[in-house]
Amino acid sequence: MNLKQPEAIVLKRPSQLKKYVTIALVIIILWGSARFANFSLIDIIENFHQAGRLLKQMFGKPAWNYAPKVIPPLLETIQMAIVSSLLGAIVAFPLALLASSNFTENKVINQITRFILNIFRTIPSMVLASLFVAIFGSGNFAGVAALFIFSFGLISKLLYESIEAIDQGQVEAIVSLGGNKLTVLRYGIVPQILPQFISYTLYTFEVNVRAAAVLGYVGAGGIGQFYERAYAFRYFDRVGIIVIITFVTVLIIDFISSQIRKGLV
Amino acid sequence: MMNQEMIVLPKKPRSNSLKKTLFYIITISLFVWSLDSVNYIGVMGTAAATFKAMMKGLITPDWAYLKDLSVDGLPYAVVETVTIAISGTFVSAILAIPIALIASQNIVGAKFSKIGKYIITMIRTFPEIILALIFIGIVGPGAPAGILALGVHSIGMLGKLFSESIESMDAGVKEAVESCGGNKMEVLFRAIIPQVSAEFISYTLFRFETNMRAASTLGVVGAGGFGAPLIFAIIALQWSRTFTIVIVLIVTVTLIDLLSGSIRKKLV
Repeated sequence: MNLKQPEAIVLKRPSQLKKYVTIALVIIILWGSARFANFSLIDIIENFHQAGRLLKQMFGKPAWNYAPKVIPPLLETIQMAIVSSLLGAIVAFPLALLASSNFTENKVINQITRFILNIFRTIPSMVLASLFVAIFGSGNFAGVAALFIFSFGLISKLLYESIEAIDQGQVEAIVSLGGNKLTVLRYGIVPQILPQFISYTLYTFEVNVRAAAVLGYVGAGGIGQFYERAYAFRYFDRVGIIVIITFVTVLIIDFISSQIRKGLV
Repeated sequence: MMNQEMIVLPKKPRSNSLKKTLFYIITISLFVWSLDSVNYIGVMGTAAATFKAMMKGLITPDWAYLKDLSVDGLPYAVVETVTIAISGTFVSAILAIPIALIASQNIVGAKFSKIGKYIITMIRTFPEIILALIFIGIVGPGAPAGILALGVHSIGMLGKLFSESIESMDAGVKEAVESCGGNKMEVLFRAIIPQVSAEFISYTLFRFETNMRAASTLGVVGAGGFGAPLIFAIIALQWSRTFTIVIVLIVTVTLIDLLSGSIRKKLV
């Protein structure tokens, strides 16, 4: 028993310099941004009484008799979202396969596909919609086209990430039994990603309902154009009813869709 | 070789097939019902010319606009968009923390946290463009309205993610601090914040990426950023300018995605 006296452990404090520099940098960026954008808390607090007035105009006495007129464009909005998400999902599937490195074992094709998908995902659907309105004329076709492009961009991205995360063992098992690419796809990949695929499509549908509701602002169909008209003519009671009905619909759709998604994954 | 016949394969489970068929039938009928509403009125008579003009615009960027450093130039609009996204994200991150605490089961209890969760869902569902219009009615058109719209709308997502990360933190650390005699403030600063701060920052950065895209749309309704010049260019059929803005938008958003993504990777 000759326990040595343990040497005193000296803990060196890690350098705090990096931390302080980071914090200072973040504060400078935040402060600079607020200054540049003329964001001042005082202005907002001073003007806040206007918020009450506007909200009262909108929701104090909504024009309930206007509600029946809102239903058809609302259904149109939902239909636009359904068509664009489903078509988007169909196109997304092959693209996701091309983008996933474990199915298409060609780095160049993977990267090119991802690059194109990224570009499509980056352009806001509002911008796409206004470009399509210039080509197809105003109407819901332009909106559907814009949402379709956004949908396949989003679904393919989510999907190829899931394909890359599948259990490769099942694929190897099929390959070792002599399966070709198609058999691998059918029995190795599809069963593993199908629930996620449906879930992503539903998620995109939720996003599309919300997007379709505002696309009318640039003339691309749906309830947005009613909203824009009512706002432009300062019929705030109508704006109120449109906002309420849209909001409740989106809430219900989100609820149903997320319930189905929970059951899936 | 005859042995193979002996293998009896297990029967395929059939329980799900009815549900599956029903699912497909519903989906297809919904699709058909919806397809009916999409009225393809054909391309406009001017479409071919428009498309040609667009392609020409795509290959001839509007350099003068790109180099214009004044308030009316593109660089100003880009910086404004970025600042709207930064400030909006910051506002929402600050506002989301108390709301996330209210929505966390391990902080306020199961019943009360439900109310918080409902509030967060409702905020998330409210379209940000409509929020922007409401705020334009309050503070007038310009960047502050966009910041407020993003700031409020983003609470919906940040609040949800924050509360999930609070709910999943290790309760042991909190108990350890308490058992050493730590008071509420010490619990907050020594147990809760160190555990969740990395995730909070990561989520905030992620939301910042999303807000960059949103900030470029908000300008359409007059809430600052390069949405407004973009829409004006499209309406005026100035395709060189339109595509200059679109390309700059794609490059800016992609760069910010890369930058923020690399920071997020280091954090978690």
